[in-house]
Amino acid sequence: MSTLSRDEVARVAALARIDLTPAELDRLAGELRVIVDAVASVSEVATPDVPATSHPLPLTNVFRADVPEPSLPVADVLAGAPASMDGKFLVPQILEED
Amino acid sequence: MTDLTRLTAAELADRLTSREVSSVEATRAHLDRIAAVEPALHSFLYVNGDEALATARDIDSRRAAGEQLHALAGVPIAIKDIVVTKGMPTTAGSKILEGWIPPYDATITTRIRAAGLPILGKTNMDEFAMGSSTEHSAFGNTHNPWDLDRIPGGSGGGSAAAVAAYEAPLAIGTDTGGSIRQPAAVTGTVGVKPTYGGVSRYGLIALASSLDQAGPVTRTVLDSALLHELIGGHDPRDSTSIDEPLPGLVAAARQGRSGDLTGLRVGVISELTGEGYQPGVRARFAESLEVLRGAGAEIVEVSCPNFKYALGAYYLILPSEASSNLAKFDGMRFGLRVEPSEGNVTAERVMGATRGAGFGDEVKRRIILGTYALSAGYYDAYYGSAQKVRTLIQRDFAAAFAQADVLVSPTAPTTAFKLGEKLDDPLAMYLNDVATIPANLAGIPGLSVPNGLSDDGLPVGFQVLAPAKADDRLYRVGAALEALLEAQWGGPILAKAPELEVAR
Repeated sequence: MSTLSRDEVARVAALARIDLTPAELDRLAGELRVIVDAVASVSEVATPDVPATSHPLPLTNVFRADVPEPSLPVADVLAGAPASMDGKFLVPQILEED
Repeated sequence: MTDLTRLTAAELADRLTSREVSSVEATRAHLDRIAAVEPALHSFLYVNGDEALATARDIDSRRAAGEQLHALAGVPIAIKDIVVTKGMPTTAGSKILEGWIPPYDATITTRIRAAGLPILGKTNMDEFAMGSSTEHSAFGNTHNPWDLDRIPGGSGGGSAAAVAAYEAPLAIGTDTGGSIRQPAAVTGTVGVKPTYGGVSRYGLIALASSLDQAGPVTRTVLDSALLHELIGGHDPRDSTSIDEPLPGLVAAARQGRSGDLTGLRVGVISELTGEGYQPGVRARFAESLEVLRGAGAEIVEVSCPNFKYALGAYYLILPSEASSNLAKFDGMRFGLRVEPSEGNVTAERVMGATRGAGFGDEVKRRIILGTYALSAGYYDAYYGSAQKVRTLIQRDFAAAFAQADVLVSPTAPTTAFKLGEKLDDPLAMYLNDVATIPANLAGIPGLSVPNGLSDDGLPVGFQVLAPAKADDRLYRVGAALEALLEAQWGGPILAKAPELEVAR
C-alpha cells in the first residue's frame, strides 16, 4: 500500500469538503501517515476466501404500513437552520457560474 | 438527613416509592451538587434545572394522587450530549452544532421522559464521540473526580464523571469502540454497552452506524440493569433494532448479588492481557479471576488470534462510516454556516469553510482518513480488508463462546492518564480502546465493573463480554463480582475516592 503524501491529504480533504490551512495540512499529513501505516496491517489476513461483514448482526428488510404519519412542523425544523425564507431553507448558490 | 446524592438509583427509587423522599428533594440535591462541583469537573455542557424540577414536581403530585409509576420515576438522570433532546441544546461536543436545539427527541429521551425521570442536563464528550479522554470536546475537557489532573475517559467522560462525583445517580452513554466502558473503568463506575440493536439508535447523532450503541452509566450493576430495561427493547424507528423482548436484566443482576456462579464458564482472552497492560491492572485482573473461581466459576483460557487486527479494522471502519454520517454537517440545514473569506459564495465553498471552521482536529483527521479509505483505488485494500477482519473477529468470538459462557479482560490497559499526555499522539490515544473495540465489531454486549485500585491509587475496570442478545449474563457476572469485591473492601469503590473540594 502507498504512503499518504501531503498532496494526497490535500486532495482527500477537498473531497471531504474540509478547508485546511497550510499549517493544518502539514500536521494532519504527518499524523495520518502514521495512522494509515498502523491500520494497513488488516490486509495481512484479509485473504480472498474471507467474506466481508458490513454489519454485526444479520439484517432483514424492515417495512411499516404505507400510511402517512405526521412529520415535524416546518417552523420547528427551520428554527435550527442558518437561514430560511418563505418556509424553506435559504442556501448559497449551488453552481459556480454566475 | 442522608445525603440523597450518595444513594444508588435503586435505593433512591425505593425511597421515592415509599414517599419518604420527594423527587423535588432528590432533584434539587443533585442540582446543588452540580453547582458545587462543576467548576472543578466540567461534566456538563448544559444544566436543565428548571425543566428537571418541573418534571420532579409533576412526578411528586402524580405519586401523591396514587398513580402507578415506573420504578425509576422521579430519579434524576444525565444524558450524553450526543442524544437529541427536544428543547435542550445538543452539540455532540462540536462547535458546528453550538446553540442547536433539536426539534425532536431520541427514542431514549422519549422513554426517559415517559417514565418520569427528571433530566438534569447534557454531559460533556469528545467531539462527535471521537476520543478516549473528552479532551477533544470543543467546549473544554472534563476532569476525573479521582484526580482532577487526569482524564475521565472518553468519549463519554462527562457521563462517567457525573455519576462518579454524585452529580447524577444515572447517566446515558454511547459506545462505538468503548466510550461507555473505558470511562467507567477509569472513574470507578459501571458502564454497559448492550447488544447492537438492543437499544434504539433513533435520535443519536450517528458516529459509525454499524458500531454505535447507547447504554447505561451508573455506580452499581443493578442500577445499570434498571436503566437498560427502561431504554432498551424494540423501536420501529430504528431498522436495526432487535424485534424481541430483552432478557431479564434486573432479575439477572439480583441473582448475581448472591455471589454464586457455580457451573459458569469464564473465558480469559489471552490476547487481551499481559504485555501492554499496566502491572496494577494485571494484578487486579488476576485477583478478580480468583474471586470468580471462589464463587464457583470455571476459568478457561481462550484465544482470539485475530484481535490483534481489531484496532486497525476499527480505525478504518469507524472513519469510513463517520465520513459519510458527518457529511450532513454542510452548513445548510442546521448548525454553523461560515462563508469563505474571499471568492464566490457557493454552496460547495460554504461547506468547505463551515467544516474547516466548525470541526476540531480529531474529527478532521477521521473524516479525511475515512474518505481516503473509501476512495477509488484504496477501497479494497483498506475498507474491504477491514470488513474481512470483522468477519475473522466474529469467528474468534464464536469459537471462544463455544468454550465459555462469558469472556473477560481488563477494560482498559491503563488507569486514567494525565490530561494532555496523549493529546499530540493520536495512535497512543487509540490504544486505550484495544480491549473494548472487538465487542463493537462483533455487535456483542460488554460491561465494565470496578475491580479495585491500581498501584497509583486509581480505579481499574473488569470487562465482561457475552454473546449477542445474552446481555443478562453480563449483569449476573458483573453483580456477583461487585458484591464479592465490595464485601472485601467493606463498601463501594467510590468510597475510596477523595472528596472533591466543594464550591460554596
